[in-house]
Amino acid sequence: MSVSGDYQTKPTLETFGFLPPLSQEEIYDQIGYMLSQGLTPAIEHESPENATNHYWTMWKLPFFGETDLGNVVRELESCRSSYPDHHIRLIGYDSYTQSQGVCFVVFKGRGW
Amino acid sequence: MAKKYDAGVKEYRDLYWAPDYVPLDTDLLACFKVTPQEGVPDEEAAAAVAAESSTGTWSTVWSELLTDMEFYKGRAYRIEDVPGDKEAFYAFIAYPLDLFEEGSIVNVLTSLVGNVFGFKAVKHLRLEDIRFPIAFVKTCMGPPNGIQVERDRLNKYGRPLLGCTIKPKLGLSAKNYGRAVYECLRGGLDLTKDDENVNSQPFMRWQNRFEFVAEAVTKAQTETGETKGHYLNVTANTPEDMYERAEFAKELGQPIIMHDFLTGGFTANTGLAKWCRKNGMMLHIHRAMHAVIDRHPKHGIHFRVLAKCLRLSGGDHLHTGTVVGKLEGDRASTLGFVDLLRESFIPEDRARGIFFDQDWGSLPGVFAVASGGIHVWHMPALVSIFGDDSVLQFGGGTQGHPWGNAAGAAANRVALEACVKARNEGRDIEREGKDILINAAKHSSELAIAMETWKEIKFEFETVDKLDVG
Repeated sequence: MSVSGDYQTKPTLETFGFLPPLSQEEIYDQIGYMLSQGLTPAIEHESPENATNHYWTMWKLPFFGETDLGNVVRELESCRSSYPDHHIRLIGYDSYTQSQGVCFVVFKGRGW
Repeated sequence: MAKKYDAGVKEYRDLYWAPDYVPLDTDLLACFKVTPQEGVPDEEAAAAVAAESSTGTWSTVWSELLTDMEFYKGRAYRIEDVPGDKEAFYAFIAYPLDLFEEGSIVNVLTSLVGNVFGFKAVKHLRLEDIRFPIAFVKTCMGPPNGIQVERDRLNKYGRPLLGCTIKPKLGLSAKNYGRAVYECLRGGLDLTKDDENVNSQPFMRWQNRFEFVAEAVTKAQTETGETKGHYLNVTANTPEDMYERAEFAKELGQPIIMHDFLTGGFTANTGLAKWCRKNGMMLHIHRAMHAVIDRHPKHGIHFRVLAKCLRLSGGDHLHTGTVVGKLEGDRASTLGFVDLLRESFIPEDRARGIFFDQDWGSLPGVFAVASGGIHVWHMPALVSIFGDDSVLQFGGGTQGHPWGNAAGAAANRVALEACVKARNEGRDIEREGKDILINAAKHSSELAIAMETWKEIKFEFETVDKLDVG
C-alpha cells in the first residue's frame, strides 16, 4: 500500500480491477452467477502489452449451452497452463442485448 | 350529405368527448391530470383539453367545413378519478397520427403542451404520460449510440459506469480544470463531466478547456490501460456555436460530448444527436430546468414524458435523479422512467406511474445517470436500484475526499466493484451494504477514509411530487 495520502496510479484491467485478486471460491461464485443468468461463457487471453486492444485471442469458441461450472473452470485452467504469461478474461455473452453481461480478468499474466 | 355552417360557440363535449371511441394502434395517446375550474363538468374540461391541444378553437369557423374534422380531431375517450385527490381527474386523449410531423418531438410538444396549459377553464393541468405509437417511433432516430454500442466502445461490462462532475462548477482556469479531470480519471473513474453551467465563460473559454481536458483523458488512459472519457459540454448560445464545439471535440479524438436538452431545446438536441450518430460521438444529456416543469404534482409535465421525449430526440445518457441523494425523486416513479429509458417494451404499470404500454421498437436504450449528493455509503442502494446500465456520478463524493480526487475516485471504484461482486454472489446488498463496504475497506485505505468522512450525511426530506395513491 502507498504512503497515506499518496495515491499512485495503477494499471488496472476494467471490471474488478480495483479488488484484490479473487480467490478460487470467489471466481466460482462469479461463474455461477453468469451461468444462472443464462449467459454464454467464453474465454479470451492476450499478452499484457496488447491488453488495451478491443480484441483478445479467443480460447476456443464460446461455450454455447454450457451450464456446468466445473467445465468452465477446467477450460480456464487449461488456457492458463497454455498461456501462463497472458492475461485471461472470462466473458458472459448475452445474445438478447448483444452485449457482454459479464467480463473480468480472472488471471493476470505471470510477472505482471 | 354536406354539413351546414352553424356559427357560434358550441360546448366542447359535443365534438371532442367520445367515450365510445376505441383508440387506434397508430393514435398518439396522452394522459393529462386535469384540475377544472369550479362549475366546469369533468367531461367538458376533458373535451376542452382535447380540442385546444388538437384541432379546435373557442368558436366554430366556416373553414372547418373544408376538411374532415372527424379524421383530424383529438378525442377525450376516458376519464378516471385521481386516487387521493377529489379535485382532479385523469383525462385520456387520442390524437390521430397525421396531426404530427414525422420525427418531430418539437411538433408533438407544441400541440400537447401548448396554449392549452394557459386555458382558463382549467385551474391546473399536468401531462402525465404519452403513448407514442410505433408508427411515430420509427420516424425518430433516437439515441446516437445506445447502451450496447457505448459499452463496446468503452470496453466496460457487467457493472455500472462511474463518473463525476468537476467542481467547483464555475471559476477554474482551463489548466486547473484539466488537472481535476486527470486526478479523477487516474484514480479509477470511467468518465468525468463538465458542469452544466460550464459553457465558455471569461474564466475558461471552451477551446482552452477542451485542449487541457483532452490531454488529461489521454494521459489517464495511457497510465491506467482503461478507456476514459470526459463529457465536453457543447451547449451554446446558437446552433452554429454548438456544432463548432462538437467538431473540435471530435478533432481532439474525444469520445463523448454533452448537451442540456431543455435549456438548449429539442431542435438543438435532435440536431446534435443526428450529428453524433454521423460522427461516431456519444452524447450525454443533462436536464437543467426540468424541476421547473415537472416538480409540481398538479401542473406541468411529468419527467417520465420528458424522458420519453429525450429518448426519441436522441441522447446516450440522461440524468434521472438518485432516489437516495440530495435531489427530489420517488423510488417507484424513478424506476418507472428508468425502465422507459432502457427497455424496449414497457407495460402499463400504475404502481410506477406508467399509464400506457410503450413499444420502442428498435430504438437504442439510454443509460440512466444518477448524480447529485451521493457518496460511498449510498453505493449499495444505488447498485441495487439502478443496476448495471447506469452511470453513477459522485461529484462532492469524489473530490471532497481528504486526500483528493484520485483517492476519492479509487474509494468509489472499490466500493462499486465490491457491491457488484457481492450482488453476483447472491447477497442482499442493500441489507448487507455496511458489511460489504467495511470488508472492502480493509484492502483500501482510500475507501476507509471516505467512509469515515461521509458517515453522517443524510438527505431525508419528504418527496414533493409523489405518485398518486389513495
